[in-house]
Amino acid sequence: MRQKTDIGSDTLFYTIVYIIAIVGFIITLYPFIYILAVSFSSSHSVYRGEVFLWPVNPTVAGYKQVFKQNGLWTAYGNTFFYTVVGTIFNMVATTIAAYPLSRKQFFARRFLNFFIAFTMYFSGGLIPTYLLITNLGFYNSRWVMIIPSLLSTYNVMVCRSAFSNIPDEVIESAEIEGANDWQIFYGIAVRLVTPTLAVLTLYYAVGHWNEFFTALLYLSDNKLVPMQVLLRRVLIQSSSELMGGEVAADDKAAVSIQIRYVTIVVATLPILAIYPFLQKYFVKGIMLGAVKG
Amino acid sequence: MNVVAKPKTNETSKWAWLLKCIKRDKYLLLMFLPIFAYYIIFRYIPMTGLIIAFKDFKPGGGIYHGKWVGLKWFIQFFDSPYAFRVIRNTVLISLYSLVFGFPVPIFFAICITEIKNMRFRRIVQTASYLPHFISTVVVVGMLNMFFTMNNGIVNNIIVKLGGEQINFLVNPKWFRTLYVGSGIWQHFGFNSIIYIATITGIDPSMYEVAKIDGITKFKEVIYITIPLIAPTIIILFILQLGNIMNVGFEKVFLMYSPAVYETADVISTYVYRKGIESSSYSFASAIGFFNSVINFVFVYVANRISRAVTQTSLW
Repeated sequence: MRQKTDIGSDTLFYTIVYIIAIVGFIITLYPFIYILAVSFSSSHSVYRGEVFLWPVNPTVAGYKQVFKQNGLWTAYGNTFFYTVVGTIFNMVATTIAAYPLSRKQFFARRFLNFFIAFTMYFSGGLIPTYLLITNLGFYNSRWVMIIPSLLSTYNVMVCRSAFSNIPDEVIESAEIEGANDWQIFYGIAVRLVTPTLAVLTLYYAVGHWNEFFTALLYLSDNKLVPMQVLLRRVLIQSSSELMGGEVAADDKAAVSIQIRYVTIVVATLPILAIYPFLQKYFVKGIMLGAVKG
Repeated sequence: MNVVAKPKTNETSKWAWLLKCIKRDKYLLLMFLPIFAYYIIFRYIPMTGLIIAFKDFKPGGGIYHGKWVGLKWFIQFFDSPYAFRVIRNTVLISLYSLVFGFPVPIFFAICITEIKNMRFRRIVQTASYLPHFISTVVVVGMLNMFFTMNNGIVNNIIVKLGGEQINFLVNPKWFRTLYVGSGIWQHFGFNSIIYIATITGIDPSMYEVAKIDGITKFKEVIYITIPLIAPTIIILFILQLGNIMNVGFEKVFLMYSPAVYETADVISTYVYRKGIESSSYSFASAIGFFNSVINFVFVYVANRISRAVTQTSLW
């Protein structure tokens, strides 16, 4: 039987557990709530440091100002393009790479597995890659956001282990009926691994949405840059390009703070909006990764 | 199934075997062909480009031309005061991230799985993954805005509590704390997923036996939960240790400024400044090459150890 002190210790245990959970919850969410509150507050209340949890003197002036700037829409459109086209290319490449590597009887399987795995251990690094990509004429081309990052070796391995979990009998019976490897691939195999493909699609799409470094290196043309580059200029380099010209001089400091918070909301909103629907797949994804290839 | 037996002796029959294989697997080969080309062009050709680390490469001169200079660039790097600084910063940032960041998801996972109210548990869990999907640019932007002297909320709170403002962003002493702290904030929830899954997978009868014996919850965690998730902890720890010389470029680059180079400048950012900004391609390649080799050794050894200790490895 349990002693009295044990029950006391269990109460203490659960108190600690709930405190940690609640503190963790507040720490993760508070910055987002604060950003939202600031973005909807009047710029003067923000400037006087009055905002902590709720909008003070609520206004949508900041949003109106930011939405008026064409630069924002160009960057948004570019990011959208890179995300959609890039993810389609990623998924086609990842599946056609993973399927042959998953077929146990494929004679080149061992060699090709090593061929791709080696690149996870060792790479040419920044400078040779930079010289190659600029030499290939990718500088200031939209394709630089898509072709050089055609696939991630890690994701190929995740996809490969999903394909190799398809029972042999399924593939053998299709072979007996006269289907060739290509027909088995797109007619049967791809359909059987859709949950994995969904997860990989999400990973690739989030990667493209958040991509910054490639654009920094290879895109200098303002018509081509994605959202993240614009965000860096506004948030980190304090560029006033989203502020508009008609702000009075004494208001500039106050307005520029508010504009930055508004920009964060606008750039992050798509991820926040789809997030609740997708989060169960994210969890599934990390478990797929944990399955060894 | 169409199995082709592999011959062992005759040279000509070996070629015949290969031809048969190619014929049988032609669709698989065709499928992989574009991927093969991609890897050759974008992953293997850059590796051969590393020879410029041993040459005097001039822009426009072609990667494979130029005079051989041996180890000149490596010597120049190690003779400079920057070598020690960037290596030290790289290792320290990784080490602090490991020491302070690694245990957090484990504690969080243990707490989360003890919560009996599933609704509450799901809400907390879902919220905790969220920051992982925010871009680095936004996270660094948030850091700058929260910690600035110019109306940042952190300094506003410090002043309200009667303290003095701290200039977090240009003080080298604060760089690592901000870097590591924001990293923990961004990833602890997501990194806890794997532990939560492992704990949820523990056979409930283990705990039932413990209940009959009247063990307290604290002892349950120490004697049942932690030992059972230990293999997962060990693998992840070893693999992170393998990445110790590999600090991501992006976040440091976005966070730092010349004022904090002393504690912030890491190998990858130094390579970027030397190579891309000042066009010293050969010099920067040499540093990058040094870093790649060290990384290779660390990751390889980490994998070997992980395989030996737990029979599991990444590859």
